Amino acid sequence: MAGPVLEMRSIVKTFPGVKALSDVTLTVQQGEVHAICGENGAGKSTLMKVLSGVHPHGSYEGDILFEGEICTFKDIRASEQHGIVIIHQELALVPYLSLAENIFLGNEHATRGIISWSETLKHATELLRRVGLSDHPDTRVADIGVGKQQLVEIAKALSKKVKLLILDEPTAALNDEDSGKLLDLILELKKQGITSIIISHKLNEIRKVADSVTILRDGRSIETLDVKAKETTEDRIISGMVGRDLEHRFPERTPHEPEVGAAPALEIRNWTVHHPIDQQRKVVDDVSLQVRRGEIVGIAGLMGAGRTELAMSVFGRTYGRYHGGKVFKDGKEIRTKHVPEAVKHGIAYVTEDRKHYGLNLIDTIGRNISLSALGKVSKRGVVDEHEERQVAEDFRKSMNIKAPTVFEQVGRLSGGNQQKVVLSKWIFAGPDVLILDEPTRGIDVGAKFEIYTVIDQLAAQGKAVVFISSELPELLGMCDRIYTMAAGRLTGEFSRAEATQEVLMRQMTKDKEVTR
Amino acid sequence: MSTDVTDKSPAPAPPGKAADGGGLLQLMLDGMRRNMRQYGMLIALGLIVALFAVWTDGDLLLPRNVSNLVLQNSYILILAMGMMLVIIAGHIDLSVGSLTAFVGSIAAVLMVKNDLPWPLAVVLCLLLGAAAGAMQGFFIAYLGIPSFIVTLAGMLLFRGLTEIFLEGQTLGPFPKGLQKVANGFLPEVGPNTNYHNLTLLLGFALIAFVIYQEMRDRKRSQEFSLEVPPVKLFVLKIVALVSALLTVTLLLASYKGAPVVLLILGVLVVGFGYVMRNAIVGRHIYAIGGNLPAAKLSGVKDKKVTFLVFLNMGMMAALAGLVFAARFNAASPKAGLNFELEAIAASFIGGASMSGGVGTVLGAIIGGLVLGVLNNGMNLVGVGTDWQQVIKGMVLLAAVGFDVWNKRKVGS
Repeated sequence: MAGPVLEMRSIVKTFPGVKALSDVTLTVQQGEVHAICGENGAGKSTLMKVLSGVHPHGSYEGDILFEGEICTFKDIRASEQHGIVIIHQELALVPYLSLAENIFLGNEHATRGIISWSETLKHATELLRRVGLSDHPDTRVADIGVGKQQLVEIAKALSKKVKLLILDEPTAALNDEDSGKLLDLILELKKQGITSIIISHKLNEIRKVADSVTILRDGRSIETLDVKAKETTEDRIISGMVGRDLEHRFPERTPHEPEVGAAPALEIRNWTVHHPIDQQRKVVDDVSLQVRRGEIVGIAGLMGAGRTELAMSVFGRTYGRYHGGKVFKDGKEIRTKHVPEAVKHGIAYVTEDRKHYGLNLIDTIGRNISLSALGKVSKRGVVDEHEERQVAEDFRKSMNIKAPTVFEQVGRLSGGNQQKVVLSKWIFAGPDVLILDEPTRGIDVGAKFEIYTVIDQLAAQGKAVVFISSELPELLGMCDRIYTMAAGRLTGEFSRAEATQEVLMRQMTKDKEVTR
Repeated sequence: MSTDVTDKSPAPAPPGKAADGGGLLQLMLDGMRRNMRQYGMLIALGLIVALFAVWTDGDLLLPRNVSNLVLQNSYILILAMGMMLVIIAGHIDLSVGSLTAFVGSIAAVLMVKNDLPWPLAVVLCLLLGAAAGAMQGFFIAYLGIPSFIVTLAGMLLFRGLTEIFLEGQTLGPFPKGLQKVANGFLPEVGPNTNYHNLTLLLGFALIAFVIYQEMRDRKRSQEFSLEVPPVKLFVLKIVALVSALLTVTLLLASYKGAPVVLLILGVLVVGFGYVMRNAIVGRHIYAIGGNLPAAKLSGVKDKKVTFLVFLNMGMMAALAGLVFAARFNAASPKAGLNFELEAIAASFIGGASMSGGVGTVLGAIIGGLVLGVLNNGMNLVGVGTDWQQVIKGMVLLAAVGFDVWNKRKVGS
């Protein structure tokens, strides 16, 4: 090893109202594979965006030294010219162009604007061979699997004379076999002298490929560990990831005592769902769980664990391809094939993506709240606007939605207030079971507490609450019981007394046990 | 971000005047700001009317010409209302011009060639239009084919069928009864008052109804202890509404009275306005256009709603086809040419958004009237059809451009 190739010193990056990175330092040695891990929202992706010029020089504080020089990248192109290439989690390939065209997109072999196809094909074939693909360069990207597409992205990076390759959760969407191939390729590239940074949650992967690992937590770099050293166990990494000071506050909650004999409000049995496009891939694999009235049940898991997919497929099959499983409500099997059926049976799903799946941003607060239960403010198909407005006003007051009137466009509200509107909408629908998917994502601490209080009240009213979250402290603070999920499977179930961050994180980072 | 809206608003409120107790103007401006697009177009319509009234030495506002204006634009306005719903739902319908012609041709075949009684033929034609719309709606809603493609196909298909049924000929004349509906005026009753009595009565009834509705609305709001606008503003609104309605009533009553078509239009505007504002299905149309995934996850039956919107559009196209054919007393293979574009333009001028979820029925009428007054006014001052198209194109671009600019400034 010949000293550091990259040094990021005291990086601070603030977005309006949020400090995404505060004082992050990262040192990557020449020729190593350096892993970065941390919980969702720890600042991993932001850090990589700063490095690759997505957030240009001047929009952050601190220095980046690459090969000993201070970098002032103003965009991605500038960082690529220095040999820093980032491969994002969502692949950036054009599906209807060929492999060769994608590899050289924006970087074509051309003279005066005319592409030289023979040269393109020759180089594309070489690059594809280097990443272990034997497909013809004329194949369309849409016709190959996600695993191969990931390799094409790497070929594209190689075509840019990459020195430092950044991979953002490269295996999140891959099956075991493809993941294995990809990790082997990273080791192969390392032999060829290419330094890599790999962002990953999966500890077994980190152990397999990485030389060192830097842990981020709450926008700070906590420590850098030598992966090959004996004392760096998975537990050691986990404690680094979760060991934060518990500064979040939760409403006082008396844990729920399960009533004996009563059937659970919601029970899911052997639920299996396949990916909507890659239909061989199981996104939810044989999951069974139950939740009782008055109980708050958490589902912990990292990105891609299948939590949202489980919830959405149960709620009117709005995600993926259903491959079996049953839903029971109060002990009776129910059909939830379409959303209106699920709603009729008293199930509500509050989405993690309120902007795309939760709200009509161009419409008013009042009309958003009433949408899923218009029947309640209508007679014979006609909406009583006065009653609707009254309902909206009541929610505005009780949920403390900060807006001058209920005629305010939802798109103008802050994230926390938007979340309160989505919650109001589903509370108004009057469900028995609420599935809350990341209900506090992207909102400030004050609003979080208000939302925790609402959730607590809902449980106290005897509603069954499923609480999906990536933030372990909030699950620990709110839930009576917590399930963990990893790679589409349920990997554990813990009572409030048993659950700790370490125990949960261990089950969340568990890849399929069979592979061990 | 929302706080600086008021500061940057273009409304020319002189800072001195706003302060000195004359809060009425301020209140008006505040109300208008909230509905910039609607009021903007209403003001534009007023300006266009004023401009041409001056330019034509008042000919534009002659009672005869106002009657004409209504008759000339009735079918476009009918189409525009249906189109508004389609666009709010996030779709487009290119087939309505051809469908208009197609229904006209079938109407002629039924009434002229086969001597069917005209009321029966009218019902059959409306059902046919609904069926045609339903067919397109099925492809769009349930098979998921983009509406642009389905209705582009429909545009070719219905145009072709029109020519087949008419064998390239023009068919006419239509029964007297139907002609009266499309071209005629309300019957004359009562003593001679120099005005058309029935029209006056209807006008006054409408005015009374509007006042009653507004009062009731206000009272209901107060019952629910909700905030209501101040009395001054409320009175001003009523005065404005009443004077506008009174002017139109008197204008029409001093000629031959209200055209029958105007009555049909009025019923449709009120009906569709009510449905879009107050009915659950109306809400659902806005919801699927505004954010389809969110609407689906809220339990809106998006496919059924989309289907109904196109079924309705088909029926409206049929109605427009009947009115058009009866007005010109003939069904022609070239009828309804470019009507779809006029209806789409009217909707966008009237406040619809390309991405759906926005717009009102009244907006479609305002947009249609802007185009109609432009047509009529330019005809009166002798602008050729070549320049008319150029000017209409620029108006469409300016109206939507203003909207985009206004939205960006607000920063939403």
